[in-house]
Amino acid sequence: MLEIFETYTIPLGDWVEIIVQFVVDNFRPIFQAIRTPVSVVLSGIEAFFQWLPPLVLIVAVGLIAWQLASRGIAIYSMIALLFVGFLGTWSQAMTTLALVLTAVCFCILIGIPLGILSAWNQRFEQTMRPVLDAMQTLPAFVYLVPVVMLFGIGEVPGVIVTFIFAVPPLIRLTNIGIQQVSEEVVEAAIAFGSTPRQILWEAQIPLAMPTILAGVNQAIMLALSMVVVASMISVEGLGQMVLRGIGRLDVGLATVGGISIVLIAVMLDRLTQAVGKPHRLPWRKRGPVGLVLSLTQGKTRTQNATS
Amino acid sequence: MDASEVKIRIENLIKIYGENPQHALRLFRDGRGREDILSATGNVLGIADVSMTIQKGELFVVMGLSGSGKSTLVRCINRLIEPTSGHIYIDDEDVAHVTQNRIREVRRTKVAMVFQRFGLFPHKTVMQNVAYGLKVRGLSDTEQRKKALEVLDVVGLTQWADYLPSSLSGGMQQRVGLARALATDAEILLMDEAFSALDPLIRREMQDELLRLQAELHKTIVFISHDIQEALKIGDRVAVMKDGYIVQTGTPEDLLTNPADDYIRAFTQDVNRAQVLKIGSITRQTIPVILGQDSVKAAWEQMQQHDLRQMYVVNRNAQPVGIVQKPSLQQAMQDGCEDIGIVMNRNFPQVRATTSLEEIFHLCQHDLPIAVTNQEGKFKGVVEQSDVLASIGRLTAEASASSATAAASEPLAS
Ligand SMILES: Nc1ncnc2c1ncn2[C@@H]1O[C@H](COP(=O)(O)OP(=O)(O)OP(=O)(O)O)[C@@H](O)[C@H]1O
Ligand SMILES: [Mg+2]
Repeated sequence: MLEIFETYTIPLGDWVEIIVQFVVDNFRPIFQAIRTPVSVVLSGIEAFFQWLPPLVLIVAVGLIAWQLASRGIAIYSMIALLFVGFLGTWSQAMTTLALVLTAVCFCILIGIPLGILSAWNQRFEQTMRPVLDAMQTLPAFVYLVPVVMLFGIGEVPGVIVTFIFAVPPLIRLTNIGIQQVSEEVVEAAIAFGSTPRQILWEAQIPLAMPTILAGVNQAIMLALSMVVVASMISVEGLGQMVLRGIGRLDVGLATVGGISIVLIAVMLDRLTQAVGKPHRLPWRKRGPVGLVLSLTQGKTRTQNATS
Repeated sequence: MDASEVKIRIENLIKIYGENPQHALRLFRDGRGREDILSATGNVLGIADVSMTIQKGELFVVMGLSGSGKSTLVRCINRLIEPTSGHIYIDDEDVAHVTQNRIREVRRTKVAMVFQRFGLFPHKTVMQNVAYGLKVRGLSDTEQRKKALEVLDVVGLTQWADYLPSSLSGGMQQRVGLARALATDAEILLMDEAFSALDPLIRREMQDELLRLQAELHKTIVFISHDIQEALKIGDRVAVMKDGYIVQTGTPEDLLTNPADDYIRAFTQDVNRAQVLKIGSITRQTIPVILGQDSVKAAWEQMQQHDLRQMYVVNRNAQPVGIVQKPSLQQAMQDGCEDIGIVMNRNFPQVRATTSLEEIFHLCQHDLPIAVTNQEGKFKGVVEQSDVLASIGRLTAEASASSATAAASEPLAS
């Protein structure tokens, strides 16, 4: 009689199955409707990356990194991308990059507004909190199955599981960032007759920006860490290489895929971190823009001097 | 205030913090006290039935200990805090009962605010901070810039326009806060402990600066302070608050010479009266002789009639230009001289009515009575040396008497 658990088992598994089946049967159009925008954005971004000649992308990333971050990070980014190319994983890397960027796009589009709403509305924040906790702690494998049932397999559900995993810290950090804005500054904005929208754009968002960008950075990192899991629902790319390597006990293949992921992860991390940090010089005075401006201005100055 | 025109009129203002203020409001109307309401409902009585009027062009100080409801009161005026009950009329419009849109309009055009910790936007330059009120109002960039530079010049910060506030000292940051408030051309300034976060020296400097600006701009200013010295120094009138209600409202002289109760007396006890009392309060009105209009003979007759030893001479703009004394006037009569301009003594002591007693001690060594003028330099009357000394003597006597009563009441209280 002491074995009380043998007397009854909660049929949670059955219930969930019934619920998911119900949702699949009755709300399929809704999920198909969600598919479309995700699929459009994803295929657009991926087509662009696959079409772009590698050298052009490498130079562009170098210039952007130099402008936004520093020369060091620019050099690292270019070397990392070259290395990925010479490892023979360029095409897979572009697929993965497209997936990650798509997921992060949706994180930004949906996560930041949700974060702002939670900062404004305490009740909303309270309902959001357990949802976010669940999203962050639930092992991704658990929602892999229902997502597949709802969306099928392929890249779109891949973006969706990545989104689910990556968006919570962005919502949280946006919320914290907005709430941390000094009360007196917000009060000042109100006292001078700002509308709620003006308060948001003139005071709250700019002042919360470093925290929001930290959230974007987190989202990118988490999205990259989902790449292998997403490949289990037949998402192509670097994750697929790693997964196949594990499946065939092919250490070489898994390592090549893994190293490419790490190289790209470090690059994206340094880049997004640098965007949030304050710079010593204004953007017009640094990076390639600064260089070009100073050269052209120098030229006009010498021209003026000679004429 | 001569031409009195009411700018802000507050009627039966009540603010209750917390949930379900209506229940607490009923208790308050039933005559329950602040502590009672707090323990019965958990609601805090922030403002307890305050009524007052503030004149146009007045620098009105609200003074009181921490937690007495000063910030609540001033924030009700621009509705940063929603009043629970009562009316707040600005130019006869009850802003306590207007729509959100309208109150925003009022904040943009009529009421500007200066904050204790400056409340500047740390990510905007000094110029952008100053222009903020104009930006919100939708003015073009060039208009914003023009006005901001104009106001920055007034507070002496033009060369800092493109810096971030964090590179400025506290005093300079508050000048930016002041400039931001002035830029909107609002007629009302709300200043919540605007100088409290500053060093004593800088604070005094800012007080003088505010008085200087006010003499030029004639804004209606509601200034919150917990510093009695500051309140008495800058206030045209001072309201003293305690536990959400107003204990006394009056001129600085009123508070010093006629404190309503022991609370006020305790406040003003340590104040250096000579610093606070203005010459205006002990000025005697006298009839002056008008240069180029009254003859020597007329002056002589007036002097005889009122039994005076000397009279001030003013020009046609009512500005004092000299003083005539009985002996020299008599001499002139004998000599048949008609022009007062020749007879009068052009060397005489002169002060503004707003000067404090302390500042004219040195003038008491003069034998002549001191001529008192208003801001425009017009003759208001005279102050005799004996008046100055007498008023100081009276003040010291009062001060020691009140400290004696305070000391006497202590054993009773414990
Ligand atoms: N948001 C709030 N919720 C509850 N009680 C409040 C709130 N704001 C103020 N109070 C209470 O209302 C009373 C008046 O506060 P207020 O801030 O107006 O005082 P104050 O005179 O400005 O004090 P200080 O000199 O400390 O600024 C205080 O007892 C305070 O605790
Ligand atoms: Mg306060």
